[in-house]
Amino acid sequence: MLFYIFAAVAVLSGAYMVLTRNLLYAGFSLLLTLLSVAAIYVLLFADFVAVTQLMVYVGGVLVLILFGIMLSSRVHDKSVMSENVNVGWGITISMLTLIGLSYTIWKVGFSSLPWIQQADTNVLAGQKSTVQMIGIKLMTDFVLPFEIASLLLLIALIGAAYIATDKQKV
Amino acid sequence: MLTQIPLEHILLLSAALFTIGVLAVITKRHAVVVLMGIELIFNAANLNLVAFSRHDPQLMQGQLFSLFVILVAAAEAAVALAIVLRVYQHFKTANLNQIVSREG
Repeated sequence: MLFYIFAAVAVLSGAYMVLTRNLLYAGFSLLLTLLSVAAIYVLLFADFVAVTQLMVYVGGVLVLILFGIMLSSRVHDKSVMSENVNVGWGITISMLTLIGLSYTIWKVGFSSLPWIQQADTNVLAGQKSTVQMIGIKLMTDFVLPFEIASLLLLIALIGAAYIATDKQKV
Repeated sequence: MLTQIPLEHILLLSAALFTIGVLAVITKRHAVVVLMGIELIFNAANLNLVAFSRHDPQLMQGQLFSLFVILVAAAEAAVALAIVLRVYQHFKTANLNQIVSREG
């Protein structure tokens, strides 16, 4: 029941993000969507992913996006409004995508796949949190992507700082 | 005992979020809103990964993969917003259509 409430909040605020033309309203409705997706992660026994979502998306990416809005448009001006183009084509393409995806999901019947039916979901409900297991996995099976991820973050940090600096003044 | 959420319902929610993200990317002309749409698409993909990971309790590959997706999305957002700021300083606008028409 809780899942449907959060799903409705996520979809409605996502739709408001598309419908509104004010950039700041779009940013704050994206905040609501990200929060309800984090709540759905908790309902799916993924507590560590939910906390990561809260810290990285809500605490990091969204603040970055709000700064981007404030720095790239003058408030009390027309530029804080976003103009819409290709509305007909956009609605057509996204409706076709939605219908195609929903039809495929209902046709395939993922719940009746053998590996999903055999899976023992009570193991996840029994344990208290997934943090220990994710930590062990990151240090054993996934250690190479983990290290590459740290390298990627370093490169992104340096690159973003380099791009954003004003080269005429330095 | 929590009642099981049907897998199809999660997949449908994810499809709806993906559609909204695609709609934002197609229709909006401000560069930052296009980035928001991309973030929404990332979230839809993550929701699928976590939903399938529930049926893989021993390995949890879906949850680990979704962590890496969040990480790459954060790096992408940082670099993309830096680029948007530079473009705004150069062209004095963040509207994608105006930028394309001025350069072309």
